[in-house]
Amino acid sequence: MMTRKELDLWVGIFAAIGIGAMLFLSLKVANLATFTNSDSYQIKAKFDNIGGLKVRAPVKSAGVVVGRVGEITFDNQTFEAVVTMNIGAKYEFPKDTSAKILTSGLLGEQYIGLTPGGDSVNLKSGDTIKLTQSAVVLENLIGQFLYNKAAEGDAKK
Amino acid sequence: MRDIVATGNLVEVESVNFSYDRLQVLKNINLVVPKGKVVAIMGLSGCGKTTLLRLIGAALVPDEGEIRVAGRAVNRLGDEELFALRRKMGMLFQFGALFTDMSSFDNVAFPLREHTRMPEPLIRDLVLMKLHAVGLRGAAQLTPAELSGGMARRVALARTIALDPMLVMYDEPFTGLDPISLGVISQLIRKLNDSLGATSIVVTHDVAEALELVDYVYYMSDGKVEFHGLPEQVRAAGLPSLHQFVYGEPDGPVPFHYPAAEYGQDLLAR
Amino acid sequence: MTARVLELLRALGGRLINNWVWRLGFATRFLWLTLKESGTSFRRFHLTIREIYFAGVLSLIIILVSGLFVGMVLGLQGYDTLVRYGSSEALGVLVSLSLVRELGPVVAGLLFASRAGSAITAEIGLMKATEQLSAMEMMAVDPIARVVAPRFWGGVISMPLLAALFSAMGVFGGYLVGVRLIGVDEGSFWSQMQAAVDFREDIVNGVIKSLVFGVAVTWIAVFEGYDAPPTAEGVSGATTRTVVTSSLAILALDFVLTALMFRGT
Repeated sequence: MMTRKELDLWVGIFAAIGIGAMLFLSLKVANLATFTNSDSYQIKAKFDNIGGLKVRAPVKSAGVVVGRVGEITFDNQTFEAVVTMNIGAKYEFPKDTSAKILTSGLLGEQYIGLTPGGDSVNLKSGDTIKLTQSAVVLENLIGQFLYNKAAEGDAKK
Repeated sequence: MRDIVATGNLVEVESVNFSYDRLQVLKNINLVVPKGKVVAIMGLSGCGKTTLLRLIGAALVPDEGEIRVAGRAVNRLGDEELFALRRKMGMLFQFGALFTDMSSFDNVAFPLREHTRMPEPLIRDLVLMKLHAVGLRGAAQLTPAELSGGMARRVALARTIALDPMLVMYDEPFTGLDPISLGVISQLIRKLNDSLGATSIVVTHDVAEALELVDYVYYMSDGKVEFHGLPEQVRAAGLPSLHQFVYGEPDGPVPFHYPAAEYGQDLLAR
Repeated sequence: MTARVLELLRALGGRLINNWVWRLGFATRFLWLTLKESGTSFRRFHLTIREIYFAGVLSLIIILVSGLFVGMVLGLQGYDTLVRYGSSEALGVLVSLSLVRELGPVVAGLLFASRAGSAITAEIGLMKATEQLSAMEMMAVDPIARVVAPRFWGGVISMPLLAALFSAMGVFGGYLVGVRLIGVDEGSFWSQMQAAVDFREDIVNGVIKSLVFGVAVTWIAVFEGYDAPPTAEGVSGATTRTVVTSSLAILALDFVLTALMFRGT
């Protein structure tokens, strides 16, 4: 028969380690510590083809993660993909920054790479990046390669 | 009912019918329990006595008829009033029904802690007094698992009288007890009834003990009250079923043999 | 011939309606009563604390040990498959997502149902069989408020904590096997995991799942206990039913919740 004090102690320990586990999961396992919405601003970029880019993919500049992809939508007027990125507030980029969709490794996940330009004015929240390069689509690459090979073969004849 | 000097009836059961699903358990029961008296309700197993007790305690609602406790119709009370009335009634269940996850002390303290705002020191004193009245003050820290059957029942009795009820009901209090415990319980029923100024109803089929103890007897059979009277009248009863019951005769209105085919035929049949 | 078949169908339908639909209605009303009478569970919180101890604390050992082993197995199996595609650094991702999204809530829920759920059913059923609940009623104490509701809330509060502990132990187990034993790069293990596991999508959804499972399991457990026939076979049948019904409910609800929450990221 446990006394009330013993019960309280054990339940307290249980609750403490339970909450500790949740904190561990949130901070160490998930990405709660990085990038809460309050200190990020949004930039848009339009691409002809986003390839395999997904929401929450990283946005990197010089290889360092500076933000995350927030939303991906389709512009039915220009038939382009519109990618909204959440960039950390402490990172500012000039207006003529270019955005490229790159692949990490040979067959890895796709991310957006930002290469800064030289403009003195910086991008503000809601701005759109003008210079973009779409993703490299593997099928197109292979098709191109085969076409080139075929063209070479013709030229040799 | 005309045989007792009526000092006022605490419980009045009037023309009560009750059925469990399709089975009619009580048929037109009429019964009164005068204040301050110890009344026995006796009968064979299944005659409806426990059901009657539950009806008086308002755990069940009669199909027809009325049950009055202290003048209030129990089967028509609202929740709040029933709640208040139940605090003045105590019921001792057949095997005690002690809460197994707490000590004897906490069991007896339970009604006090639930229904009153008494401070713990006062509760402690009261609990020890009640346990002392049943002779188990020294067993206060034992859990029900550590008590013998008789002791458990006495602790349950202490719990039943914790709030000094005006009506105490006993469901088969003598079942399964050794002779000493039997004597103890019997004495306690009488002593507590008189010292609390309460009224008691004892449901039992222990004839010898009951006739020694109670002031008045109701004998039930097959859902009806077949006989009622003072203990001497019960002993002298001419009614065959009552006679068989009181004297424990193996054969009589309740037959020895369960209905079956003719003996000779059964043996010779293929 | 057709008459027999019809008769069989009619009997089946009758039993279906009587046993299942009727019981479900009764169980729903019972849940409503339990929720209505929950005031006491919180005003006298020590009652609920006691139940958190019996449902949660006493389940700790089995949850922690199982979590560790599940995580370790995930580590082994995951590595075995991933290494074929040269993606062994994604082991952290595999282990953590599997645990946080699915295995944590579901397996912890199943273990909880069989350990704590059956204990609750047996306890309430036995209290009913030994007339303790009737005695309480006769003493003008509502058994639902005093006995059932604290156990309900004890289970609901314990479940998410247990699921989180299971997942955390699992991740640790995966780490032990993957990084320490096999030699996957520690940095990639954690960083890829952090990149892939989203707080709102994965962690919060996992917690929601465990809450839903907690409600389902504890509801079934208290109901079966309260409704059990007051005999030895009655209580044992009720305990079995609790474990079986809870387990099926967890798996079914898991499908529904997963479909709602994780519709292709």
